[in-house]
Amino acid sequence: MPIDVPKDNWPGSVRTVVLGATSTEGGTRSHTLTIGGEKALPFMHFEGEIPNRPLVAIEIKDHRPEDWSPLLLETWGEVTDDPAKWAQAAEQAGADLILLALNLMDRSGNPKSPDQAVAAVKAVLSATGLPLIVFGPGQAEADNTLLVPVAEATKGERLVLGICEDKNYRTIVAAAMANGHLVDARTPMDVNLAKQLNILISDMGLPLDRIIMDPTTGALGYGIEYGFSVMERLRLAALQGDAMTQFPMLVTPGFEAWKTKEAKVGEGTPASWGEWQERAINWETLTAATLLESGADILVLRHPDSVKFIKGAIDELMAVPQLA
Amino acid sequence: MALSGIQIYKLLPQTNCKECGFPTCLAFAMKLAAKQVELSACPYVTEESKTQLAESSAPPIRLISLRSDGYEVKAGNEVVLFRHEKTFYNKPGIFVKIRDDSSAEEIKASLAPAEKFVVNYVGIDLALDGFAVESHTGEPEVFAQAVGAVRSVTRKPLILISRDPTVMSAGLRAIDGETPLISAADGRNWEAMAELAVQHRAALVVDGETLEELADLTEKIKAKGVEDLVLHPSETGLSTVLTYNVQIRRLALKKNYRPLGYPVIAFPTSLPAVAQAITKYAGFIVLDRFAAQYAYPLLVLRQNIYTDPQKPIQVQPGLYEINNPSPQDPVLVTTNFSITYFSVANEVEGSGLPAWLLVADAEGMSVLTAWAAGKFDAERIAKGVKGFGVDEKVSRKRLVLPGHVAVLSGELEGELPGWEIRVGPREAVDIPKFYRQAL
Repeated sequence: MPIDVPKDNWPGSVRTVVLGATSTEGGTRSHTLTIGGEKALPFMHFEGEIPNRPLVAIEIKDHRPEDWSPLLLETWGEVTDDPAKWAQAAEQAGADLILLALNLMDRSGNPKSPDQAVAAVKAVLSATGLPLIVFGPGQAEADNTLLVPVAEATKGERLVLGICEDKNYRTIVAAAMANGHLVDARTPMDVNLAKQLNILISDMGLPLDRIIMDPTTGALGYGIEYGFSVMERLRLAALQGDAMTQFPMLVTPGFEAWKTKEAKVGEGTPASWGEWQERAINWETLTAATLLESGADILVLRHPDSVKFIKGAIDELMAVPQLA
Repeated sequence: MALSGIQIYKLLPQTNCKECGFPTCLAFAMKLAAKQVELSACPYVTEESKTQLAESSAPPIRLISLRSDGYEVKAGNEVVLFRHEKTFYNKPGIFVKIRDDSSAEEIKASLAPAEKFVVNYVGIDLALDGFAVESHTGEPEVFAQAVGAVRSVTRKPLILISRDPTVMSAGLRAIDGETPLISAADGRNWEAMAELAVQHRAALVVDGETLEELADLTEKIKAKGVEDLVLHPSETGLSTVLTYNVQIRRLALKKNYRPLGYPVIAFPTSLPAVAQAITKYAGFIVLDRFAAQYAYPLLVLRQNIYTDPQKPIQVQPGLYEINNPSPQDPVLVTTNFSITYFSVANEVEGSGLPAWLLVADAEGMSVLTAWAAGKFDAERIAKGVKGFGVDEKVSRKRLVLPGHVAVLSGELEGELPGWEIRVGPREAVDIPKFYRQAL
């Protein structure tokens, strides 16, 4: 006797967002990528369309980040000195897209100049045809100083610029609007703050299909459950029809997991923590895999092994199940 | 889905005899619906009504409890699809699988690290819950010996894995007086497996390719007297597992569908599969390998996802001493959210550097969250300094603020005249370097 499984029939859906632009569209990417569009909860193919697979971005810096875990520096090796080479290595390692995170200082220890930032972005755009996300150093003033010239110099490329938060969104959104880019709207693990920022950004006139939500998530062991639940609540609200939550979500497991002690420190740690390298990769992989289940559309990772595991998981999750 | 007062009334004698102490059967029914009275108060309710009433008040997902000498692992009794709706209650038991195709000595040796594994996370000791012994040889005596070997080095609950009732029987005879889980009954062996479950008081895993198959089998097995069942839907890829787990839970919670009202068991072979099992409803998880660097992160994930969202773990506010500080040593300030406290305390402790740690009452929130919510400000910190007698313990008046709340330093100087206010790093991991260079 067939069982009548309760199905969710949602009135709303997540907006579709296109990343990057090819030459016919005013950019130089070899192809564009599309995210979002979900009409059901994560991977619930049996009751709604999940048209686009989540994407894996690899985070690179514009010069060697000495404060990164030694394991990462060892894995990537020499390419960390050259963002163009690093972008190519990242593409080889399976990245769907690249996230270039600009350092606050340049190699000599002086504040990075707009020219240097633009040069780094252009170098990456020449080295790879993958769509690109560009993050500033993460301080409101520096972000504005660097991202506006970057936005102007790359007009038409449909980059994702980040991060926009309540303190500095106006300048970056204006630059995105004027130059055809998208924004990463970041809030600290709070459903209402996320909605609020999306409202503020859309009030400025940025088209809604150029906003990506970044709800912030802690790493495994350092607050992941807060981010996980905020994401589930945001996705449920979107499907229930709340227009100001109907955006794809970007998460940064690489950044979060690799700043933990578990990933950075190999000496003087408890024996119960096990072997360092595997533990660090597992920490990133498990953080990312958890957020995949709560609706992440872009996962920004740092280690090539995590990229492999997560892409494998995405392949499996996107397979429509053959239920008898 | 509990019955309403009216629905209960329809199952009562409807004679208004008052022997239960209430004026009418309807009044009694209302009290029953509110769980303010026991059904036994009514001397005339029929057996049939009793069964129906018992069924509807049973939890939607049966609680399965595995017991061995001094240990218990429970799964079931869940009430929500999303942890933010209330909480997930019973952490899934995590077991490591051992095969029977090695010698007793090899088995004992491979088990040892997993058996004694324990790792501390924010003051809580995390460990594995038990072991699963899988028959690979198909030989009853070999299986029995392997089970015996496992039992000789661990007292934790066991899951026995074989489709062959003869093999399973031999394994069960090697352990007695405990409540193991046996895996699994399927379309061909269910009668024999059900008998073994009854005989040995074991819980039983039911295998099925589809939900219909599972539901059909559980009903048949229940009719044979086995009620402690665990479901194992087909595991062909993450997508199928996720779909079945979600469908089973929805059926249990939204329709009180009894044939699938049982916990689910998962056998994940990758970390993403483990993440899915933990976040999406597995009640028992059997790992195919053990290594500290594999077990530690997944035990932490289980702890995180099964934390009650209403009760973030907190530590007691106060002045803590780390590495025997002297009155000259610096005072570091932090909040009483467990993860925050342990991140900071562990860093300082591990560095060997002596410090006083003032844990402010921020209602269990992290530094940034508490500050944004107005629960961690200059006033509260000053209150902590005065309230916990920091003045008396410390001669050199130097306070270090967490980097994320650097903005508070001016205000804090105002609240605490005579104190030098310093701004420390944003991340706990940078505290030792900061301490050595700047303090």
